[in-house]
Amino acid sequence: MPNMSLKKNEMPSQDPNIRNKNFLEVALGYTEEQALDEAARCLNCKNHPCVGGCPVNVKIPEFIKKINEHDFEGAYQVIHETSSLPAVCGRVCPQESQCEKYCVRGIKGEPVGIGRLERFVADWHNEHSTEQPARPASNGHKVAIIGSGPAGLTCAGDLAKKGYEVTVFEALHLAGGVLVYGIPEFRLPKSIVQKEVDGLKAMGVKVETNMVIGRVCSIDELMEEYGFEAVFIGSGAGLPMFMHIPGENLKGVYSANEFLTRINLMKAYRADSDTPIMDLHGKKVAVVGGGNVAMDAARCSKRLGADVYVVYRRGMEELPARKEEVEHAIEEGIIFKTLNNPVQINGDSEDRVASMTCIEMELGEPDASGRRRPVEKPGSEFDLSVDAVIMSLGTSPNPLIKSTTQGLEVNKKGGIIVNEDGLTSREGVYAGGDAVTGAATVILAMGAGKLAAKSIDEYLMSK
Amino acid sequence: MYRIVRKEALKPTVILYEIEAPMIAKKAEPGQFIILRVDELGERIPITIHDFDREKGTVTIIVQTIGATTEKLSHKQEGDCLQDFVGPLGKPTETEGKKKVCVVGGGVGCAIAYPVLKKFHDCGAEVHAVVGFKNKDLVILEDKFRAVSSVLKICTDDGSYGQKGLVTQALQELLDEGNVYDEIFAIGPMIMMKFVSKTTAPYGIPTTVSMSPIMIDGTGMCGGCRLTVGGETKFACVDGPDFDGHQVDWDLAVKRNQMYSEFERRKYEETCNLFKKEAE
Ligand SMILES: Cc1cc2nc3c(=O)[nH]c(=O)nc-3n(C[C@H](O)[C@H](O)[C@H](O)COP(=O)(O)OP(=O)(O)OC[C@H]3O[C@@H](n4cnc5c(N)ncnc54)[C@H](O)[C@@H]3O)c2cc1C
Ligand SMILES: Cc1cc2nc3c(=O)[nH]c(=O)nc-3n(C[C@H](O)[C@H](O)[C@H](O)COP(=O)(O)OP(=O)(O)OC[C@H]3O[C@@H](n4cnc5c(N)ncnc54)[C@H](O)[C@@H]3O)c2cc1C
Ligand code: SF4
Ligand code: SF4
Ligand code: FES
Repeated sequence: MPNMSLKKNEMPSQDPNIRNKNFLEVALGYTEEQALDEAARCLNCKNHPCVGGCPVNVKIPEFIKKINEHDFEGAYQVIHETSSLPAVCGRVCPQESQCEKYCVRGIKGEPVGIGRLERFVADWHNEHSTEQPARPASNGHKVAIIGSGPAGLTCAGDLAKKGYEVTVFEALHLAGGVLVYGIPEFRLPKSIVQKEVDGLKAMGVKVETNMVIGRVCSIDELMEEYGFEAVFIGSGAGLPMFMHIPGENLKGVYSANEFLTRINLMKAYRADSDTPIMDLHGKKVAVVGGGNVAMDAARCSKRLGADVYVVYRRGMEELPARKEEVEHAIEEGIIFKTLNNPVQINGDSEDRVASMTCIEMELGEPDASGRRRPVEKPGSEFDLSVDAVIMSLGTSPNPLIKSTTQGLEVNKKGGIIVNEDGLTSREGVYAGGDAVTGAATVILAMGAGKLAAKSIDEYLMSK
Repeated sequence: MYRIVRKEALKPTVILYEIEAPMIAKKAEPGQFIILRVDELGERIPITIHDFDREKGTVTIIVQTIGATTEKLSHKQEGDCLQDFVGPLGKPTETEGKKKVCVVGGGVGCAIAYPVLKKFHDCGAEVHAVVGFKNKDLVILEDKFRAVSSVLKICTDDGSYGQKGLVTQALQELLDEGNVYDEIFAIGPMIMMKFVSKTTAPYGIPTTVSMSPIMIDGTGMCGGCRLTVGGETKFACVDGPDFDGHQVDWDLAVKRNQMYSEFERRKYEETCNLFKKEAE
């Protein structure tokens, strides 16, 4: 008998007023009991619309059925057939616009908590499985992966399973891409990412950190001098955008990337870290933007002791962030100043941020993307007194790889151009993830890494 | 890991390290820098490449001990390893096609100025050099400078060596003597580079400065190193570190570098205390 409750099992979480002062994980995960109760809400629909909403087509009803049967490891294996990072995606996928959006239970009531179940299964596996990833026999072919974000890690894993000798080159000192430098610990514990990286290493994947490809060595050199027969570019979209308004270079104006990198990668929130971050106790911070990045920057600021405003030019309904992150941010006491846009940042005599001038907005006609375009209300400028401003306006692909690789074509926005197999304009060079699409999602990057691994295998096997 | 194969204290607080980093040595060019981390939880700090040996596979840096991280580094010995060492970063200095140049270095900036100066020399330019230090005890690399420059002016703030006064005065003298340069290249404390740029502006001599804002990743990802140059925002780690000194917004750059002074002072004290305790 399915569980006909209209509501999802609630996610056990740390109390908002406690968690907004620590960096421990916010959502604690379902207990076995809750997972079983939630799994019983799935109707195991024959045409399973949920699967079509998942970018990598996780066999959702099948894995949920395994949970119903108390076969948690079996459930993990089903998910793992199509997704390599379930513990990550269960936590960070925008489920409300993907799998859960199409769940029939969502027509009347709340959809099945697919993401929460996925997380439960992955965590169960990580806790109980003792199985060591086997090291496959080498097929003698060398492939280079540039970037260790979800795209690169997935591509590396799939190729390693097939026996390729894979080397991942990462510019930073730690592997994981946005998963380690961007997304905060309280949303995605770094030990989960580390486990994925360790798993790859156990399969024989070499991870070379501190390697900025394009500077220390070009793609051409990787192929000609170092004997890599194919290359996958998963270098992400790391270049932060600014608004180009007056005052943006004052002391106390950060890009979200800088702010989050200091906190997540460099652990600046810990007393034993040598990396500084502004002391935000009792200070006011404005975060400009409304995506996941903005929510992360806002919630980190809150945890560092600040009063935080999110300044976003559209309305609450239009916030592009995951729904759960917005809810969590509100619970944690973050103040949303939607329908406002900054026009200028004002400094004190020491060039420190003192306030930000904003203008009120209203929503006009829908634009090309179908979203209603925000327009300024003339004469509505006002000053918001703040001590720091964090620009979370989005990112674009870093031009370094393009500018150092002969014949690699990119589009107007700097994204690498690929065909349906993930192949770039250069033979043997594949690309995927944010480096191709611009800032997108973990699951899409992972899917692109999978596709490229398949194409690289076909290419090298037919050569 | 990145092994220290040679360590040499040029002065008690100015230390040369030769580091094993074959791939970086193979690619390094004058004007570029590396980023290092001394240990786990360590800060990433940028340091200019002073020299490199492509055959031996080593990169030499000269570091002034001024804060927590450089203090920690100074306690590493030959044979020890650094946690991280990444590069070469930034754009190489353009040294081609110049007939006569003047390189101005200040303090430990002279260590950075040297490879640029040498490259100008090797490219066939006539090189004048003006180097400044606080006092006689801090003068470094004098012989190396002399070997590659036809005019060398050494200045000290207190007159204990060379001529007394600031590098800008010595530079002014060279200009007054009628020297015409294709380019002036200044490396040192921001305040020095600012005044060198001020000095050369009336003469319209192209003046390149090597900027050193606070950096983290060094790849263009964080935007923390941004400067206002000619009214535009530039990322020093990828667009620089060399910029047109007449276009830089100096006051803002100087202030941005003091962003963390309080934290830095505290960390430095903590670190020094830690080493003192260990020594006891
Ligand atoms: C703060 C933040 C929060 C986010 N929250 C979510 C979320 O909740 N849900 C979600 O689905 N998505 C989220 N995203 C988006 C998601 O993280 C990205 O879409 C995804 O990480 C892209 O993966 P990728 O592998 O393409 O690139 P990245 O994760 O960006 O990894 C690229 C890697 O390549 C390295 N690299 C770059 N250039 C070079 C080079 N020249 N040589 C060597 N290495 C190089 C980089 O250092 C980096 O490690 C968030 C992003 C941010 C910034
Ligand atoms: C491109 C570049 C090249 C450099 N080359 C050299 C060099 O060849 N030799 C040398 O001795 N120094 C060089 N520096 C400066 C060097 O990075 C700083 O001295 C070092 O970071 C100080 O660290 P600390 O923890 O010991 O001192 P702190 O107490 O942390 O800082 C002292 C001062 O150093 C500067 N600084 C601090 N952190 C950074 C950072 N992450 N990035 C840049 N500057 C910072 C600030 O002005 C600060 O006030 C260079 C800087 C840049 C940006
Ligand atoms: S991978 Fe993401 S979209 Fe797919 S089922 Fe899991 S949570 Fe849903
Ligand atoms: S649509 Fe919902 S109820 Fe139906 S199979 Fe998918 S998850 Fe289960
Ligand atoms: S140091 Fe991060 S962008 Fe330059």
